[in-house]
Amino acid sequence: MDATAADQRPIRCLVAKVGLDGHDRGAHVVSRAFRDAGFEVVFTGLHRSPDEVVRAAVQEDVDVVGISILSGAHETLVPQILAGLAEAGVLDETLVLVGGIVPEEDREALREAGVARVFGPGTSLASVVDFVREHVER
Amino acid sequence: MSGDLAAAVRDGDERALARAITVLENHGEGYRDLVADLYPAGGRARVVGVTGSPGAGKSTLVDSLVGTLSERGERVAVLAVDPASPFSGGAVLGDRVRMHGADAFVRSMSARGAAGGLAAATADAVTALDAAGFDWVLVETVGAGQSEVDVVRVADTVAVLVPPDSGDDVQMLKAGILEIADVFVVNKADLDGADRTVRELRRVVERRTGDWDPPVVETVATTGEGVSALLNALTSHRDAADDQHRARHLAAVRAALDRAVDEQVRETVAAAGGVEALADRVAAGDGDPASVVESVLEGPTERRRQP
Repeated sequence: MDATAADQRPIRCLVAKVGLDGHDRGAHVVSRAFRDAGFEVVFTGLHRSPDEVVRAAVQEDVDVVGISILSGAHETLVPQILAGLAEAGVLDETLVLVGGIVPEEDREALREAGVARVFGPGTSLASVVDFVREHVER
Repeated sequence: MSGDLAAAVRDGDERALARAITVLENHGEGYRDLVADLYPAGGRARVVGVTGSPGAGKSTLVDSLVGTLSERGERVAVLAVDPASPFSGGAVLGDRVRMHGADAFVRSMSARGAAGGLAAATADAVTALDAAGFDWVLVETVGAGQSEVDVVRVADTVAVLVPPDSGDDVQMLKAGILEIADVFVVNKADLDGADRTVRELRRVVERRTGDWDPPVVETVATTGEGVSALLNALTSHRDAADDQHRARHLAAVRAALDRAVDEQVRETVAAAGGVEALADRVAAGDGDPASVVESVLEGPTERRRQP
């Protein structure tokens, strides 16, 4: 019975807006797509600090942290979140995604720092959902 | 293993607490032992339910309460329940959006199809938060209509938010959510119609019989106005209603027993091959449905005693 319960467990995602970035349409659209895929999505709302995002990820015990960022501050803010997740001891078991405007030349550094995937403009919602389903360890 | 997790929860480890709530929510591995290990550590927290219609300002008020309580040095946890999509089973849990009150443990829960305004696991999650040593546990229900009243079985004190200018006397008399209020909160009290709503609620209160007359408190959650008065009202209710508190605790225990009985019966039946297998036995002339079930439940006792 325990095994079955574990299989049925919904994927939990945190969708986070961090820093001085007021563009939340993308975060809303992705949250909705996740909901429609059967995931439980915790949305942080706008203007969160990296610490607040980390604390929310820990308290909500999420499988996925999706960071939406269109302000250009990804080089500063995303590593801070990754460091916080590592410090809290949850980075290894958390799938960290970044969505928004991230120049191609910055992506490799984010991936090396622990971001599983950067999704840019034109990404299909289905591909994000599929990526999460494939990569969340159940 | 659940013993370690429970011990870490009691030590106030946030990550362990978060894990534990996940186990409770999913009835994951070690669920029953975890509840057993957490249960005796609780009983200290003041559990306050916050309910009201969608948009009444529940999350904002909870945030404001968290801020005021934290300033007083109290440790606060919030359980915020939102509805699940009936189509996908997924949910967008958006209560954190309104919560900026820095220092609280906030956990969002999907109601996962439960209809009473809470999730099935909310009571267990409260047990975990209580065991973790929080002074206050604030339980925010889904945006409730008139029948989402499960929160009374979980909370010591229930605050019902009533928006200004909401309906006439007749509406006020309706059973359900208004009946469960220990404290009425007219939030957004700076809006037109607040005075009228306060007057109507006071009339409702006058007509109620019982030991406790629910006070009607006006708040403006966005500015924090009236929040101290609300905390005083919540505290006096909790202090005055100790008997009621005990009665509710017993009701909560009974509800937990009911759930445990349901579950264990279902598991026993599942272990015997499930309803399909029993249906085959009935079809094969093994007896009528009731006696087939009876034979399963009476079945080898040793097996049922195993964890």
